[in-house]
Amino acid sequence: MRKTWTGGLVAALATLGLGCGQAATLATPSYTFNKPTVIAGAKLFADHCSACHAVSSLRYNRLAADLGMTKAEIKKDIMLPGGANYLQGMQPTMSQADAKKWFGLPPPNLSHIVRAEGARWVYTYLTSFYWDPKRPSGWNNHIFPNVAMPDILAPWGGTYTKNGKLLQAGRESPALYHKQVAEIVAFLRYASDPSVFERRAIGRYVLGTLILLTILAYLLKKDYWRDIHNKDEAEKAKAAKKAGSAKA
Amino acid sequence: MSKFGDWLNERFPAREMMREHMTEYYAPKNFNILYYTGSLLLLMIVLQLVSGFLLMAHYVPTSKDAFNSVQGIMYDTKWGWLIRYMHVDGVSLIFILLYLHMGRGLLYGSYRKPRELLWIIGYVIYIMMMGEAFFGYILPFGNLSYWAGQVITSIIHAVPLIGPGLTTLARGGPGVGTATLERFLALHAVLWFMIIAALIVLHILALHQVGSNNPDGIEIKKLKGPDGHPLDGIPFHPYYTVKDLFGVGVWLTIFAAIILYAPTMHGVFLERTTFFRANPMVGLPDVTPPWYLAPYYAMLRAVPNKYYGIALMFLAIVLPFFLPWLDRNPVRSSRYRPVYRIMILVMGITFFTLAWVGEQPPLPKYFLIERLGAAIYIGFYFLLPIISSIEPTKKVPERVRS
Repeated sequence: MRKTWTGGLVAALATLGLGCGQAATLATPSYTFNKPTVIAGAKLFADHCSACHAVSSLRYNRLAADLGMTKAEIKKDIMLPGGANYLQGMQPTMSQADAKKWFGLPPPNLSHIVRAEGARWVYTYLTSFYWDPKRPSGWNNHIFPNVAMPDILAPWGGTYTKNGKLLQAGRESPALYHKQVAEIVAFLRYASDPSVFERRAIGRYVLGTLILLTILAYLLKKDYWRDIHNKDEAEKAKAAKKAGSAKA
Repeated sequence: MSKFGDWLNERFPAREMMREHMTEYYAPKNFNILYYTGSLLLLMIVLQLVSGFLLMAHYVPTSKDAFNSVQGIMYDTKWGWLIRYMHVDGVSLIFILLYLHMGRGLLYGSYRKPRELLWIIGYVIYIMMMGEAFFGYILPFGNLSYWAGQVITSIIHAVPLIGPGLTTLARGGPGVGTATLERFLALHAVLWFMIIAALIVLHILALHQVGSNNPDGIEIKKLKGPDGHPLDGIPFHPYYTVKDLFGVGVWLTIFAAIILYAPTMHGVFLERTTFFRANPMVGLPDVTPPWYLAPYYAMLRAVPNKYYGIALMFLAIVLPFFLPWLDRNPVRSSRYRPVYRIMILVMGITFFTLAWVGEQPPLPKYFLIERLGAAIYIGFYFLLPIISSIEPTKKVPERVRS
């Protein structure tokens, strides 16, 4: 059985690159996880990522229901031209067949990527690309060696060598760049679990009600058990009196 | 009311049952916090039935659509996330309660005569629950489900002669696929659940036949007042129903907080590998069972040989059945047995250490912990008859401490 797992481990690392074993070097994205951050991330995702990547579980209209975006806003900023349907899941503009031809692998659907890999892994992955002329795409990644995806964010974040030397500066300051990558991660975190804002919104009311009911139940219990305690006290007093009279 | 009541009770023993099991069932008055676990387990199992029923209304048991149908519940069904998280987190909470419930039995000697059968029925429920959890675990058909299904059903392979045939029967084919999902759904939602429900009824009937034990391990029926009721006993209803109501309030608050703020419990209650679609071509680096089954898995791994490992695992699962006869001390509760108390403590720590190590990748550095844990777990049952017959005991009081 153990052999199967070892085989599985090799296969997984080779094909999917689950990023296991490198956990020690993961960086934490810094963002405030709220609706404005996620909306900003959704717009960045639409601009840079959704040409290739689907988020098929998440329908466009959920962005209206969960984040409070308007339909016009979603159509303008999120939905890409070319047959995207407001009521359907987020689809890439590129066909999977084309993508496979160009990159060797179809770009993965990112619906559950943060639940599956963790926000820290996704963030670190996106910020760990380096220039590697040996690769067909010219790109490699520190935590996902020989990845098929090129660093499409390089024009904004800058191009680095394997040792971290800057080859070409990006259009954006490192601080702004990292903030925007973090926003994309925040959007993907929401996409992995779109109930998150609904859960948080009702959380305090649900817990408040339950705590109130618990307090009432406690008072009820205390009231009912008063006669048990009284009986115990009486018994104890009787026993003490008996002991006292025996002594006398 | 009474006219209808009379009509009903001539035809159905409602009043009699109420008296026998509620208003005139005398329970010891010194129950502590561990005694909430029974009623909470009953509540949680009912909640699993409700959430499971709602999930099944949206679930498609085919290898092609199972993963998508579960994601459809999470993304597209109104309150779908609530029923799924209730069901998933409910499992972990049930096992937390089960371990507290069984640990209480160990602490206060509740398995001892005359409660042997009560203990055995309860332990069978626990084993059935492990099966129920396993079947349910496969249904969402993430990659973890697929590989867990392959690995666990391959254990059946070890059965002499008919092993391979049985494995195929369990899977419904050479590998885990649509046929497996269909039969596991049938087992999970119908057969296994009904057996568990029936066993719970038997467990409660057996309990009410012998009466509840208590933290002092004293038989309250020995000392009765002039009215014929135990001096240290109080009617279950209203005293314990109202007390359990408070317990339910606290518990539901915790349950709701988990569902609303930490539904995956950082990957412990809902593992990250369940978010990959099942893929026979992509193995998983860490096929580990959920935390509540991990102790047995750690013991399975403690032995390098597959067959001996499986034998050790089954021994570990079977041994607690013999507990009522392995304990030879006249005193029940660990409150009056200092040595036994330490043994229980070590056993508890060992069990949860095994749960932790069972979740780790199969690396040589963990073998020592796995083997030591397995040795302590098995050793407990083999040493108990000897230690319990020679251990010193404290004086047991006549009446319960309240």
